[in-house]
Amino acid sequence: MNDPWFSAKNLKLLTEPINSKNPITVLVLGICSALAVTVKMKPAFVMAVSVMIVTAFSNLIISLLRNTIPNRIRIIVQLVVIAALVILVDEILKAYVYDVSKQLSVFVGLIITNCILMGRLEAFALGNKPWPSFVDGIGNGLGYGVILIVISFFRELLGSGTIWGYRVIPESYYIVNGGFYENNGMMILPPMALILVGVIIWIQRSRNKQLIEE
Amino acid sequence: MGILDNFKKMDRNSNLYTFLYASGMVILVAALLAIAATSLKPAQQKNKETEKKIDILKSLGKADGVETAANKHKFVEDAFNKYIAEMFVVNSKGEKVEGVDAFSIDLKAEQSKPLEQRNFPIYKATLDDQSIKFIIPLRGRGLWGPIWGYISLNDDYNTIYGATFAHQGETPGLGAEINTPEFQKQFVGKSIFDVNNKFVSVLVVKGGADKSDPHAVDAISGGTITSKGLEAMIKDCLSGYETYFNNQKK
Repeated sequence: MNDPWFSAKNLKLLTEPINSKNPITVLVLGICSALAVTVKMKPAFVMAVSVMIVTAFSNLIISLLRNTIPNRIRIIVQLVVIAALVILVDEILKAYVYDVSKQLSVFVGLIITNCILMGRLEAFALGNKPWPSFVDGIGNGLGYGVILIVISFFRELLGSGTIWGYRVIPESYYIVNGGFYENNGMMILPPMALILVGVIIWIQRSRNKQLIEE
Repeated sequence: MGILDNFKKMDRNSNLYTFLYASGMVILVAALLAIAATSLKPAQQKNKETEKKIDILKSLGKADGVETAANKHKFVEDAFNKYIAEMFVVNSKGEKVEGVDAFSIDLKAEQSKPLEQRNFPIYKATLDDQSIKFIIPLRGRGLWGPIWGYISLNDDYNTIYGATFAHQGETPGLGAEINTPEFQKQFVGKSIFDVNNKFVSVLVVKGGADKSDPHAVDAISGGTITSKGLEAMIKDCLSGYETYFNNQKK
């Protein structure tokens, strides 16, 4: 109770998931959507923000309810909270930012099945106070988002020759226009995203030996 | 507060508590979502209507400036009223159908009807230079869900003046590329009838189309199923108008 709002402990909840407890590269959760929405940076960014909002608020709500939830149906209760939040986010996006909602299409609905959400609710929100839970949700959303942005940066650059929709590799370099360059078709297909995730995990573990399993 | 106090004192592991908790939760969430859905509906409906008008204007190349307009809904409304001179409905025999509102026709519902009973909406537009275009709405299936679009034809009922496509959930970067100007530009100037006045539609060719072919455009690499769905959509939707077009040409 006496913890200040931004104590060192709470800040750690925010920063740890970005690196040493990253949901994608260390806990290996939420891989599926990391492969699906990272072809272009813009949808990846909106997806990351949506996931962050849902993790933060579902963590908060479950933490507020944690002492009342009957143990035998806690998974269903968590699912109801997540599903309700995701539908709310989807409806609000549709009403007020229609263009963004169109870009994300089915993937907003698929946030419900993102393992990071259930993972954080089970592992953290059920046993911690509301504010740390909320911060933990934001942190995990950030950790997920950072990986999404990094992967989509390389996939969009090498796969489409653009960044955030803006062309960075001039049209005249392309073979069809008499140049020497061609986009890597592999990059826009999901397997390449998995390989990129692997490369990120490799780099991360080579720099942080603590993460290497026995 | 008596009931709530009793509820709080209950055994957390009893069946009754679990049952009451689940029921209360479901009712609460259902009410919340119902309220949200109802109160956001008008805004969502307006967005859909505006989007449809933007799509129609796009097929005429008249949607520039929409994104920067201060009041998007009003901008679209004004442009739509300015260019779209007439909306009407024909049937598969090429006769005009009276008493049906062309704008509110749901293509999905029409396509599940037998051919003779279907309504085929046409939007007639007059551009700034007084040239007349006809806009045909399209709807078909992509890989993950519906795809749709609009094709505008010159008044020879043959040459494509412009085309726009949209989708619900095609793969970003692959099938979703059908809504990019690069893909849609390819359709301009293509024709849907061959030299013998036989309906051939426009084919979407994998591996690159011959640029001089008036009935073919390039497919999207990595988006084969979406490309094929788009090809089928254009063919199926335009074929319903074949009789009407032929009657008009005479």
